[in-house]
Amino acid sequence: MTTHPAAVSVRNVTKTYASGFTALQPVDLDIRSGEIFALLGPNGAGKTTLIGIICGIVNATTGVVLADGHDVVTDFRKARSKIGLVPQELTTDAFETVLATVTFSRGLFGKRADPAYVEKVLRDLSLWDRRNSRIMTLSGGMKRRVMIAKALSHEPRILFLDEPTAGVDVELRRDMWQMVRGLRASGVTIFLTTHYIEEAEEMADRIGVINGGRLLLVEDKAALMRKLGTSHLVVTVRQPLAEIPAALAKFDLALAAGGTELVYSYDAHADDNGLAALLHALNGSGLAVANLRTHDSSLEEIFVNLVHKSP
Amino acid sequence: MNLGAVNLLAIRAIYLFEMSRMWRTLLQSIVSPVISTSLYFVVFGAALGSRMKAVDGVSYGAFIVPGLIMLSLLTQSIANASFGIYFPKFTGTIYEILSAPVTAGEIVLGYVGAAASKSLLLGLIILATARMFVHFGIAHPGVMVLFLVLTSATFSLFGFIIGIWADSFEKLNLTPLLIVTPLTFLGGSFYSINMLPPFWRTVTLFNPVVYLVSGFRWSFFGASDVSIRASLGMTLAFMVLCLAVVRWIFATGYRLKP
Ligand SMILES: Nc1ncnc2c1ncn2[C@@H]1O[C@H](COP(=O)(O)OP(=O)(O)O)[C@@H](O)[C@H]1O
Ligand SMILES: [Mg+2]
Repeated sequence: MTTHPAAVSVRNVTKTYASGFTALQPVDLDIRSGEIFALLGPNGAGKTTLIGIICGIVNATTGVVLADGHDVVTDFRKARSKIGLVPQELTTDAFETVLATVTFSRGLFGKRADPAYVEKVLRDLSLWDRRNSRIMTLSGGMKRRVMIAKALSHEPRILFLDEPTAGVDVELRRDMWQMVRGLRASGVTIFLTTHYIEEAEEMADRIGVINGGRLLLVEDKAALMRKLGTSHLVVTVRQPLAEIPAALAKFDLALAAGGTELVYSYDAHADDNGLAALLHALNGSGLAVANLRTHDSSLEEIFVNLVHKSP
Repeated sequence: MNLGAVNLLAIRAIYLFEMSRMWRTLLQSIVSPVISTSLYFVVFGAALGSRMKAVDGVSYGAFIVPGLIMLSLLTQSIANASFGIYFPKFTGTIYEILSAPVTAGEIVLGYVGAAASKSLLLGLIILATARMFVHFGIAHPGVMVLFLVLTSATFSLFGFIIGIWADSFEKLNLTPLLIVTPLTFLGGSFYSINMLPPFWRTVTLFNPVVYLVSGFRWSFFGASDVSIRASLGMTLAFMVLCLAVVRWIFATGYRLKP
């Protein structure tokens, strides 16, 4: 961990809104430089609140946030000039053209005009042909691209994507994932929130799980899968079984699909997961095996587990 | 960053963004105040003015010119500046301003600077329009410009505050109507406060607009209801008050950050 200086460092941050509602319990979190971090949590978990605090849109009740080593409150100019934000809500200047609004963003962040760079951003997001269109004439997906272009216009080193793919069509989602990978390859740190497990599973290097304002865990994706993930071997047999055959009784099997499937759950990463013994026993059992398949438990299962365990 | 400690590019970006909004809404921004001011001149200046006696040796038509310009300047400064900051709050695009590496001062310079520029331009256009209806000279052009600039800037600041405070279009529209219009009409735009009975004259002295109109009129005719020093002093004091409020708004995030 020491090899990665923190891009964002959140210390003891809490948020109680004016209504008295506490949206964040004390949160401590380090985002490593150059990683894709996915914050996963259901609606209302506090994801947008946390991003808002880091980016200067929400006042924290307590705590300190450093971005690239700069305090986001006392040294906000240095901190924010490194940060690009694509908020959850689609909010754009309806009457502006695409090119004008993206150029505006670059200026706002104190960057000198660079038409070639802006053109590249717009081309990468398939917006170049629409550069002179007013934003209100664009589709929702295009508007989201515009918001991404605005965030990228000032060459941020840390990019926040708040539910980037919520309500987005398949094509844009795929483009976005590709873009995020490209950005990471160029050294940009990515912080995204999502309530789609597949998205975190597909994209992230590390995953944080948040619920009810509490950060439940932060793990490398692979380690998380290893730690909490279980693999399943599903054996399909030709004749439905009424019960587990005696030859297989010593394995902890479950019957499924009306007796046509035997399911063995095991830890794929354990040294002795019993798989070899089971296959051997299966071979000797005389069962007519129609098919064998395995699947890993998805992050979804892990997530549901965690969220239900949390208070 | 650029040029040391000030994000000049950001000020410029906000300023140009706001000015481009004006070009898009040119009709509302410039044409309608010019038309309504022209109507005032036709009714008060030409039609009534010929039957009114001169005030302080100035023909009535000319006498109301500074007041009318001030009326437009105040209304437009407040309307422009309040709308300019209310709208991004309303649509949500304010997120970008709040998350940008800009100081409160830079934000204010961009928004208020643009609103003040528009009003200033408008003031000059109305002045030119007035000149087509009545004849008048300008005794102290330098002071006149100073008042135009100060008033535009101060009331754009005031409008900026209203735009941040307002959380509905009603509040945004009603505040100027309920506060500014009465203050301006009772502020000696169309009469000299010396025409009032002593009691009302004293009450009037609590109206800040009196000082603006009076000082502005002095720059035209060299005569006024209150001293030019008092006028300048009051205008500056109001500006400082507005600056202090804006500073507090950004320090606390009032109505900007939850
Ligand atoms: N301005 C606000 N005032 C009061 N409560 C708020 C405010 N903004 C968000 N909340 C509440 O805080 C909780 C967390 O919200 P949010 O951070 O938007 O969650 P998420 O992004 O994970 O869906 C929610 O219960 C939400 O209703
Ligand atoms: Mg959210």
